[in-house]
Amino acid sequence: MGGPTETFYSVIRRQGMTRRSFHKFCSLTAASLGLDPLAASSIANALETKPRVPVIWLHGLECTCCSESFIRSAHPLIKDALLSMISLDYDDTIMAAAGHQAEAILEETRAKYKGRYVLAVEGNPPLNEGGMFCIDGGKPFVEKLRSMAEEAMAIIAWGTCASWGCVQAAKPNPTGAAPIDKVITNKPIIKVPGCPPIAEVMSGLVTFITTFGKLPELDRRGCPSMFYSERIHDKCYRRSHFDAGQFVEEWDDKNARKGYCLYKMGCKGPTTYNACSAIRWNGGVSFPIQSGHGCFGCSEDGFWDKGSFYDRLATIKQFGIEENADQIGMAAAGVVGLTVAAHAAVTAVKRLTHKSDRAAPKAN
Amino acid sequence: MFVSDVLDRARKLLASVDAEPAERSIGAGTAYAPVRLWHWVNAAAILVLSLTGYVIGTGTPAMSGEASGNFLFGYIRFAHFSTGYVLSIGFLLRIYWALIGNAHAMQIFWLPLWRRRFWREVYHEIRWYAFLTVEPERRLGHNRLAQLAMFFMFTQTMTFLVVTGFALYGQGAGTDSWQYKLFGWVFSIWPNSQDVHTGHHLGLWVIVTFALVHIYAAIREDSCSAGAPLL
Repeated sequence: MGGPTETFYSVIRRQGMTRRSFHKFCSLTAASLGLDPLAASSIANALETKPRVPVIWLHGLECTCCSESFIRSAHPLIKDALLSMISLDYDDTIMAAAGHQAEAILEETRAKYKGRYVLAVEGNPPLNEGGMFCIDGGKPFVEKLRSMAEEAMAIIAWGTCASWGCVQAAKPNPTGAAPIDKVITNKPIIKVPGCPPIAEVMSGLVTFITTFGKLPELDRRGCPSMFYSERIHDKCYRRSHFDAGQFVEEWDDKNARKGYCLYKMGCKGPTTYNACSAIRWNGGVSFPIQSGHGCFGCSEDGFWDKGSFYDRLATIKQFGIEENADQIGMAAAGVVGLTVAAHAAVTAVKRLTHKSDRAAPKAN
Repeated sequence: MFVSDVLDRARKLLASVDAEPAERSIGAGTAYAPVRLWHWVNAAAILVLSLTGYVIGTGTPAMSGEASGNFLFGYIRFAHFSTGYVLSIGFLLRIYWALIGNAHAMQIFWLPLWRRRFWREVYHEIRWYAFLTVEPERRLGHNRLAQLAMFFMFTQTMTFLVVTGFALYGQGAGTDSWQYKLFGWVFSIWPNSQDVHTGHHLGLWVIVTFALVHIYAAIREDSCSAGAPLL
């Protein structure tokens, strides 16, 4: 790994890339981040002058799908991000060092780049039993997370695990898995939810942070606005079918073949903030709805606990029964309706039998 | 300052509600007309919102033809949103009326749960509805049971529905819209807006249940006792 004074530009020049290609890269990155055309020159300037940012990538309770997604980034190419743009000093999944050597890097980075390194966290810590459900390097992961977070410049919460909790925090959550912002409360955390997040979203963010040395604008929930300010629904190419009232009723009906809206099949696009319908996946090839399947809402808080992925209305778990809002509402309205009818009947009987009591005060 | 003024006023209003003769009919005076007007505008809005809201929750049967030739779901959603504005503005005016109107105008917003008299009247009213007593205690304005139902099932639910409704509308209008800026805090409580949708949907059923009881009680009141007129 390169020293701290080396810049991105010097690294790629050494690798034989031309200055022209470098500027092409800067323009492309500026465009993919949604920045204005002049931002390309400030990106170029930053990459020529700023030292590469050291990144520590930790893995807690997770499935490595975030890493799998990340290494498929096309714009920028992951090789550029990993080998040139950042100085990925620690990532136990893909690093060459192992054992004590690997763990020594953590301490070294923590001391040497105090307050200057970025901590990227994939997965989350289980908190029950003192964190014993996830042991990493002989210690509970939560301890490693806390100690590395102390000296970090900023913390990236990769994926829904680190951002919201995801499947390991789904009910009944026996390990007490918790999103990292429950553990780290005194540092800026940027949430990049998704199971996994889109590759270009991940690499785009790394580019932004390393280029400008700060976090991008975050929304109310702590997600970067540039990728999470619109719902899947807002940019869905099937949106016209939604507005027209054209819905798929069954997975194999003719409406499905015509590519109608998957709203009634439980598509969570209208409640999911992510960039799938704009950036798409695997280098812009497709995304779930384009493949004919509704959105799961995988970048949303607690998406495992809302009932079936294929139901329009969420399941409400109360008193051991699982129903949706309509079933509960209709049952309540039915019970009250029957009560009202019974009460009306009793009132009528009472009036007939006590007519004399009532006759006098009746006005209208 | 303003809050304490309102509270002072509310206390005086409570005293005047207690002081008013419970036997006399209100009639159709100028003090009563705005509430009646609001009631029927509100009732119509609730009807439209409930029907369109239910359809939005379940989806329509598929329209035939090209997407460019249809806009059914769009129209249904437009009706829901514009009626939502009518209802919200009406609700704001109703709150304003509660502050400047007569004593009864405050009833659905102000529940004196700490007063013994309130509970005595509630008890009496339960006995009345359970056919255990012949005379209702209060014939002017809402009786105490009605006031409880109004406050907990209507006023609270309406507030919840207006707030969550605008929050959800803000999602579509965009994070830089005034709706999102004003009501986006809802998503700090429920980060997954699916929960907000579910809550909003449950609110529909609370209102439906309330309406059942409300309409029954109003008709019953009209035919059984010599209380307030139905309209």
